[in-house]
Amino acid sequence: MENIRTESRAFLHVNRTIVYIVCIVLALLSILPFWIMFVNATRSTAEIQSGLSLLPSTHMKTNLDVLLSKSFDPLKGFFNSLIISGFSTICAVYFSSLTAYALVAYNWKLRQAFFTFILLVMMIPAQASAIGFYKFMYQLHWTNSLLPLILPAIAAPAIVFFMRQYLLSMLSIEMVEAARIDGAGELYTFNRIVLPIMVPAIATQAIFAFVASWNNLFMPLILLTQKDKYTLPIMVSLLKGDIYKTEFGSIYMGLALTALPLFVIYFLLSRYIIAGVALGGVKE
Amino acid sequence: MRRKSVSYSRFGYMFSLPFILAFLVFSFYPVLYTAVIGFTDMKGVIPKPVHMLDNPFGNFTDLIMHNTSFRISLTNTALIWILNFIPQIGLALLLTAWFTNQRLKVRGQGAFKVLLYMPNIITASTIAVLFNSLFSYPMGPVNSLFESLGWIDAPVNFLQDKTTARGIVAFIQFWMWYGNTMIILIAGVMGINPALFEAAAIDGANGWQTFMRITLPSLKTIMLYTLITSMIGGLQLFDIPQLFLFGGPDDATLTTSVFIYGQAFKGSYMFNKAAAASMIMFAIAAVLSGLLFYLMRDRDASLLKKAQKRIKKAAKAAARGL
Repeated sequence: MENIRTESRAFLHVNRTIVYIVCIVLALLSILPFWIMFVNATRSTAEIQSGLSLLPSTHMKTNLDVLLSKSFDPLKGFFNSLIISGFSTICAVYFSSLTAYALVAYNWKLRQAFFTFILLVMMIPAQASAIGFYKFMYQLHWTNSLLPLILPAIAAPAIVFFMRQYLLSMLSIEMVEAARIDGAGELYTFNRIVLPIMVPAIATQAIFAFVASWNNLFMPLILLTQKDKYTLPIMVSLLKGDIYKTEFGSIYMGLALTALPLFVIYFLLSRYIIAGVALGGVKE
Repeated sequence: MRRKSVSYSRFGYMFSLPFILAFLVFSFYPVLYTAVIGFTDMKGVIPKPVHMLDNPFGNFTDLIMHNTSFRISLTNTALIWILNFIPQIGLALLLTAWFTNQRLKVRGQGAFKVLLYMPNIITASTIAVLFNSLFSYPMGPVNSLFESLGWIDAPVNFLQDKTTARGIVAFIQFWMWYGNTMIILIAGVMGINPALFEAAAIDGANGWQTFMRITLPSLKTIMLYTLITSMIGGLQLFDIPQLFLFGGPDDATLTTSVFIYGQAFKGSYMFNKAAAASMIMFAIAAVLSGLLFYLMRDRDASLLKKAQKRIKKAAKAAARGL
C-alpha cells in the first residue's frame, strides 16, 4: 500500500513538472513577440539587422523622431480611436440596456417576436452588408465622418441578449412599481433605478465593446480616407508602407506606441476581462 | 381611490425604437443594398448609371466558375481555419484538463491565464505588422533565433514561401485565440455538477478516465459554441492576412474578406463583384450555422438561443480578426 502511494506521488510529481514546463513555454511565447517589439523600439536599424537582442538599447529618441517626421501622428490616431470607441461603447451599452429593459419589464404584443428577431439578426456577418453600407454612406456624404463608426453601435443584438439575461435574474418588478407609485416617469425609472442595478453587466460588456471597436480595422479602412480621421489600426497599417521600409527601429516604435495603451488597460483590468470572457461563454 | 389600471405596454415599443431604427438604417438596408448591387454592373469611383445585368446572376456565376482568385480565397480561408482550429482546440483542452485537475493543483493559474489570453487583446493589425517584421529576411529576429539555436544554416525567406506564409497566418490565429478558447472551456468545466466528479472519484476513475467520460461529454455544448464562433469568425478573417502580406505571396494568404476588400476598394472599384462575393459568403455562413443548429436540434430551446447569441459574438470577435 505504502509502495503504491509513493509511486503515484512520484507520478504526480513528474506530471506537475511537465505541466509547469509547458505553461512557462507558452507564457514565454505570449510575451516574447511583444518583448522584442518594445526592445527593438529602442534599437537602431543597424542594431536590429545585426541580430536579436533582449536588452534595450539607446536609440529610442532617434526612432521616435524618424517616426514622427514622416507624418505619423499617433496622438491624432489615439484621439480618433478614443472618440469612436468611447461613443460607440456608450451607445452600445445604453441602448442595449434600454432595449433589454423593454423586453423584460413590459408586456407588449410583439415582445416575443422582437426577441426572436434579435436572435436572428445576430447571425448576419459584418461583411455581408459592407459594400451596401459603404455606398449608402458615400451617398449621404458620411465617409470621413466618425458618425457611421459610432451610430450603428446602437443596435448591438449580442449585448441586448446578455443584458436581457442579466435583467431577468436581477430585476424585481416591485421596484419598478414602487417607483411608479412615487410618481416617477418610465424613462426616469430606467435611468435612476434600473441602470444602477445593471452596472456589473454594463462594465463587462463595455470592456468588450470598447476593445472590439478599438481593434476594428475593416470599417474604418473603407470609410476613412482623410489622414486626420485615421484610427490607430489604420496608422499601424501605414507603418508597413514604403516610407518605413528601411526604418525598422521606427516601425517597432510605432507598433509599441499603438499597443501600449491596450497593454496598460489589459494589465489593470485583466481579472475582469478574463471573468467576462468566461461569463460571456457559459452564462445560463 | 384615484388609482386606475394603466397599460404600460406602449413603453415596450418606445424603448425598443432606437434599436429598431439603427438596425433598419445601418444593417438591414445595407444588406439589401449589397444584395441588389450583386445583380448590377456597378463599378468605378465616379457614379455612373447603374443597370441590372441582362443575366442577373452573372456576377455570381463569374465568381464561382471563372474567377480563380475567388476560388483560391475560399480554399485558403478553409485551409487556414482548419490549420488554426485543430491545434487551438487541442491545446485549449489540454490546458483545461490541467488547470481544472483537483489532484494536480497547478499553481499560478491566474498569472498563466492572464498571459495566455494577452495576445487576444492586442490589435490584430499590430500583431500582423509585428510578425511581418519578426520574420523579415535575411536578418530578422526569428531568423537569428533559429540560426543561434542551430535549427537552420542559412536565413529562410519565410514570407516568400507559400507554405510558410500560410502556416504563419494560421499560427498567428492559433496564438491569438487558444487562450480565449481555454478560458471558455475552463468556465464550462467549472459549471459541471461537482457531484459527477465525486462519484467518478469514488468509483476509482483516474484523471484520464474522468476527463474522457465526464468532462468531455459535459462540454459538448461549449465545444459546439467554440466551433461555431471560430468558424464564423474564420470566414471573416481580414486584419491578419491583409496587413501581414496583403494576401500574398501569390495569393497564398488571400482570404475571402481580403478578396472582397481588394475588389471594392483597392483601385478596381468592382462593387458588383465584391457585393456578389459578400452574398456568397453570407450564404456559406447561413448554411454552416444551419448545419450546426441541426446538430444541436435535440437540445432544449435555451441552448439554441445561447448558440445564436454566440454566433453574433463570433461576428463581433471577427471584427477583431478571429
